[in-house]
Amino acid sequence: MDWVNVIVQGTLLGGLYALFAAGLSLIFGVMRLVNIAHGDLIIFAAYLGLTVVMTTGLHPILALVFVIPAMALIGYALQVGILNHTLGDDLLPPLLVTFGLSVIIQNSLLEIYTADPQKMDAGVLETASFSLGDLQLGVLPVLTFGIAVVVIASLQWLFYRTALGRAFRAVSDDQDIAQLMGLNRRHIFGLAMALALAVTAIAGILLGIRTSFDPSVGGGRLIFGFEAVIIGGLGNLWGTLAGGVILGVAQTIGAKIDPGWQILAGHVAFLLVLAIRPQGLFPRISG
Amino acid sequence: MRVIRTSKAAKISIMLATLVLLVLILAPWWAGRADIRLMGELFLYLALASLWNLMAGYAGLVSVGQQAYVGFGGYMLFALTIFAGFPPVVAIVGAGALGALVSVPVALLIFRLRGAYFAIGTWVIAEVFRLSFAQVSALGGGSGSSLPVKIVRSMADGRSEREALSYWLALGIAFCVIAAVYMFLRSRQGLALTAIRDNELAASSLGIDIWRTKFVVYVVASALTAMVGALIFLQKLRISPDAAFSVNDWTAFVIFIVVIGGIGTIEGPIIGTLIFFALRETLADLGTVYLMVLGVVAILIMLRAPKGLWGLVRARFDLELFPLGYRVISDKVKKE
Repeated sequence: MDWVNVIVQGTLLGGLYALFAAGLSLIFGVMRLVNIAHGDLIIFAAYLGLTVVMTTGLHPILALVFVIPAMALIGYALQVGILNHTLGDDLLPPLLVTFGLSVIIQNSLLEIYTADPQKMDAGVLETASFSLGDLQLGVLPVLTFGIAVVVIASLQWLFYRTALGRAFRAVSDDQDIAQLMGLNRRHIFGLAMALALAVTAIAGILLGIRTSFDPSVGGGRLIFGFEAVIIGGLGNLWGTLAGGVILGVAQTIGAKIDPGWQILAGHVAFLLVLAIRPQGLFPRISG
Repeated sequence: MRVIRTSKAAKISIMLATLVLLVLILAPWWAGRADIRLMGELFLYLALASLWNLMAGYAGLVSVGQQAYVGFGGYMLFALTIFAGFPPVVAIVGAGALGALVSVPVALLIFRLRGAYFAIGTWVIAEVFRLSFAQVSALGGGSGSSLPVKIVRSMADGRSEREALSYWLALGIAFCVIAAVYMFLRSRQGLALTAIRDNELAASSLGIDIWRTKFVVYVVASALTAMVGALIFLQKLRISPDAAFSVNDWTAFVIFIVVIGGIGTIEGPIIGTLIFFALRETLADLGTVYLMVLGVVAILIMLRAPKGLWGLVRARFDLELFPLGYRVISDKVKKE
């Protein structure tokens, strides 16, 4: 029963990792951009949520009403203002510009909020739990996993059932022809980044309720998200959820054996997938 | 018509460089202790930047995880001197050899990732190294350890002799790295590398083994980075996982140096290092603001002048201090 519990907890943790990864997966799918600042943007969203909670006294979950639109706006501005200028055949500019952004965000947060770890207070939601058979499940992890499933299902629906999704897929397949068909790819990319950062806002708030955070932890979140994307296979959103779950389970199993091995076990699982099945478990597009 | 590889500017710059090198070798006799330390650090950053530039600027291997080898080299210096009883200078070479050895399986794994995902993959490797070394209790675990006094004393008798020795080692490795990069790029392999950088498809249709060429660059750069890492921690005399595998210290700064100076040129990292240290010495009091300024400058350069400051100079004056290319000189023009 102990091990079943470990696997269930790991699966639920995987929901959070899938939320870290969804935005990364989405922008890679649409514009082949890998955003090194993604993890720092997650932490940025968490701090934004903290500020909203502190000034308005709202519950952190309700703070999403402000943080999601704010992050979406920032995403659009970031894409149209800076990142669109870096896209092209050369790989270096987007990589180095987002790397620079990562350093700027990290140090701005350090300047504004200091290096002290912060946490959002979500009241009873943090400790509430219910039992399912012999298992004791926390409400927050279950809620996080549920949100991850809903977010991924919505993104999937948006991608394959709406006009915006068709535009995303069109620019993803061939930017030039999509442009000829009357799509403004700069605007479409802006919308994709807005959507990605809206998801990032959700991830940031849930992270901030679950654990304490400080300006330096963004890189680690980027790595978790990235591992989930690669394990699941590029361009497959449900695969990304599966990747997050595998990563989460590997980490909880590692932590069960020795607390010092939690993160390391996740990395080892990732490297194993890379060694055995480099294209990921459920790939849809080739990198 | 003649084909030449050198130019007047290159000949003058070689003479100047030799002169500067001589002056630098004599530094322990004319510079103060603080300056010696600062210059030693500068040379180590110059070596790191030149190696990162070889990988990213020439081989298209954009890594954000070179701190893996800096930290590995540092830890190998400690392990080889403390447990195997090697003299420090031998241990530095040993760290390089072990760095090459460990980079082979790493390359086999992460070469499966392409482009930007390769970059994050290198970061994962660095994290794996950091977490693994934090588990080794013989080397101090998570809190790290210091180099025993006995080993430090074995380098040289007095403190100023030791500092001079580690200064010369830093100068030596920076010189060797730049010389090695220069020779490598002028060789057949270097030509293959430049061809790959300009067009992978065309290069492979000419019979260049892209994978093998990149692999060789990765292993050589990793080995040399490990040696630089050993030297860095020989200067610091203390190592801990967080300091050894710091992404800010050993990768972010190095990337800024190369981007600001000019990626894909040998001159770029040299100029970038000088600017980086000049900025640091004047703005370091600003702390986080200084890092933000660096980030903004790097983004602006990437957007406005992707070839960096040296790229601007070269576009204007057609100058090449380290001649890599070939120039065709028409004798007829000369007679006029």
